Amino acid sequence: MTTATETTTTATASIARAVEPDTAGVAAEPAAAAGLADTAVLARDLRRSFADREVLGGLDLRIRRGEFLALLGRSGSGKSTLLRAMAGLDPDFTGQLLVPQRRSVVFQDPRLQPWKRVLDNVVLGLPGSRSENRAQGLAALTEVGLAQHAQAWPVTLSGGEAQRAALARALVREPELLLLDEPFGALDALTRIRMHGLLRELCRRHRPAVLLVTHDVDEAVLLADRVVVLTEGRLGPAHEVRLPAERPRSHPEFAALRAALLAALGVLAESGSEVEAS
Amino acid sequence: MTTAAALAPPSAPPPAAPSVRPAEDGAPLVDAAGLSRPRRPRVPLPRPLRRLAGPLILVALWQLAGNLGAIDSRVLATPGQVLSAGWELARTGELASNLLASLARVAQGLVIGVSLGVLLAVLAGLFRLGEDLVDSTLQVLRSLPVLGLLPLVIIWFGVGEEPKVALVVFATVFPVYLNTYAGIRGVDSRLVESARVLGLSRVGLIRHVVLPGAVPGFLVGLRFALTSSWLVIIIAEQLNATSGIGYLMNQAQAWYRTDIIVLGLLIYGLLGLGADAVVRLLERRLLRWRRGFDGN
Ligand SMILES: Nc1ncnc2c1ncn2[C@@H]1O[C@H](COP(=O)(O)OP(=O)(O)OP(=O)(O)O)[C@@H](O)[C@H]1O
Ligand SMILES: [Mg+2]
Repeated sequence: MTTATETTTTATASIARAVEPDTAGVAAEPAAAAGLADTAVLARDLRRSFADREVLGGLDLRIRRGEFLALLGRSGSGKSTLLRAMAGLDPDFTGQLLVPQRRSVVFQDPRLQPWKRVLDNVVLGLPGSRSENRAQGLAALTEVGLAQHAQAWPVTLSGGEAQRAALARALVREPELLLLDEPFGALDALTRIRMHGLLRELCRRHRPAVLLVTHDVDEAVLLADRVVVLTEGRLGPAHEVRLPAERPRSHPEFAALRAALLAALGVLAESGSEVEAS
Repeated sequence: MTTAAALAPPSAPPPAAPSVRPAEDGAPLVDAAGLSRPRRPRVPLPRPLRRLAGPLILVALWQLAGNLGAIDSRVLATPGQVLSAGWELARTGELASNLLASLARVAQGLVIGVSLGVLLAVLAGLFRLGEDLVDSTLQVLRSLPVLGLLPLVIIWFGVGEEPKVALVVFATVFPVYLNTYAGIRGVDSRLVESARVLGLSRVGLIRHVVLPGAVPGFLVGLRFALTSSWLVIIIAEQLNATSGIGYLMNQAQAWYRTDIIVLGLLIYGLLGLGADAVVRLLERRLLRWRRGFDGN
C-alpha cells in the first residue's frame, strides 16, 4: 500500500510540503487525502540525536487544523528540538514530518533585526507589494497594540513590546501553523497575563494550528485545547482541556488537570507549592 | 545639614561628595543622586571651548618663545610664520593645486581599496570556497609592510600617479577586509535563523541580515583605512612626487623653510580630523538603530 505519506519518507523531502488535499502527491491518493484534510502537523517515528544522545526517540504527533496544542516538558527534554524540526530549521532528523507551507515561529527572545524599524521587521520577507505589505503589517501591529511604535527602532522597545512585535510578525504571514517556543518565558507575570489574553484573542480570530512550548503548566491549561508532555523523547498521553472558554481557575477541572500534568512532569502538587517527586 | 543637601531639588549644585547620612542603627545611607551625577566643578565655558584651551595655550607659548628669539626659525617656525606661509602659498595657488593632488590620490586609492576590501570580505564571508581561497591569501599578504613595497611599486608603475594610488589601495584593503569579514562572521546566528523562518531567500538574508550586521565592523575598518591611507601618502609623496603636500614639504626641506614643513604637517592633521569626522557622520547615519533615536 503506497499512501501519500509514505511517498515522503525522507525527512528533508517532507519539510515544507503542504498537506493540502490539492497537492499533487496527496491528491493522487484520495484515501490519504481524506485522512489528512484536517491535519496541520503529522509526525511519525520522529528521531533526532545529538552526538549519540537521542533527544527525540520515535515521536508520533498529530495536530489538527486550528487546534491549540501545548507541549510541556522538563528543561532539556527536547521541546525546542521538536519545534525547530517543525519550523524547518533542522535538516538532520529522521522519520516523517509533514507540516503546512505557511509556518511562523515566535522564539523565547524576540529576534527582531535591530537595524530595521518595527514595521520593516514585521513585513520582512512578505511576498506582496510594498504598500500592500505595509498596510498588512500596520494592521498586525495594531492588533497587538503597537501601532504607535511602527517606526521605532527595536532597541527602544520593552521586552513585552518586542515580543508583541514578534507575534505581529508571525501573524501577518497568516500561518497555518504557529510555533511558539516559550514566547512569554522572559516576561514579567503581569505582562504575561496580558499576552495570554492577546494570544487567545488572536488565535480565535486567525485560527492557525498552534504548538506552544512552555514550562508553565498554568499557561498550558489556560491557552490550549490539548496538552501533551514530552518525556524521554516521546510524547505521553494527551490531556484534553475540557473547560469553559474563559478558563476559570476556580473550576475543579482546572485543578485536576493541573495536578495530572504536574504528575506527568514528575512534580507533585501539594497545596500550591510544587515538590519534586522521586 | 546633610539632610538638607540630600533633599535639595535636582537643580541645586550637587554636593562635593555623596553625603553620608548616619542611620539610626546599622550602616550609613548614601545619597544615590550624588553617586551618578558628575562631580566635576562647573566652569561657565562650553566643553569644546575648554578642550580647545590646552592646544591654544601651547600655540601661544610657542609663538611667544619665537618672538623672544628662543627658537631659531630654521629649526622651527613660529605659528605666525606658518600662517603667513600658508597665506602666501594659497595666494599663488600652489597650496590648492598640491592639496588637490594629494586628495585625489587618497580618494582614488580609498575608493578602489575599500571596494576591493568589501568585495573580498563578502566573498570570504559568504562562500566556503571564497573563505578557503581569499582568507588565507589575505592573511599572508597582510603581513607585508606596506611601505616596504615602495621600491617594487615604483618599478612596476614608474613615478606617476599609479604607485601612490597603489600604495593607498594596499594600505586600505586589509583593514576594511579584516573588519568587514569579522562583521559578517559575527552576525548573530539567531537573527539569521529567525529571518530564514520568515521565508527570506539567500539573497534576502544577505541583504537584510548579513550585510547590515557587518556595517559596524566595516566602519571600524574604514576608520583604520583612512588613517593608514594618509600615513602612506605622506611617505610616498616625500620620496617621489612632483606634486602633493608631501612634495611641498620635501621642497621646503631643501630651503630650510620650516614654516612650510609645519604647514604641511598642519594640513595632514586637519585632513585626518576631517576624515574622522566623515566616518563619524557615516556612523551616525548607518548606526542609528543602535542608539534608537533619530535626533543628534
Ligand atoms: N545543537 C545542539 N547540539 C548538541 N546538543 C543539542 C543541540 N540542541 C539541543 N541539544 C541538546 O538536546 C537536548 C534538548 O534540547 P532542547 O533545546 O530541545 O531542550 P528544551 O526541552 O527546549 O529545553 P528548555 O526547556 O530548557 O528550552 C538538550 O540536552 C540539549 O543539550
Ligand atoms: Mg527550549
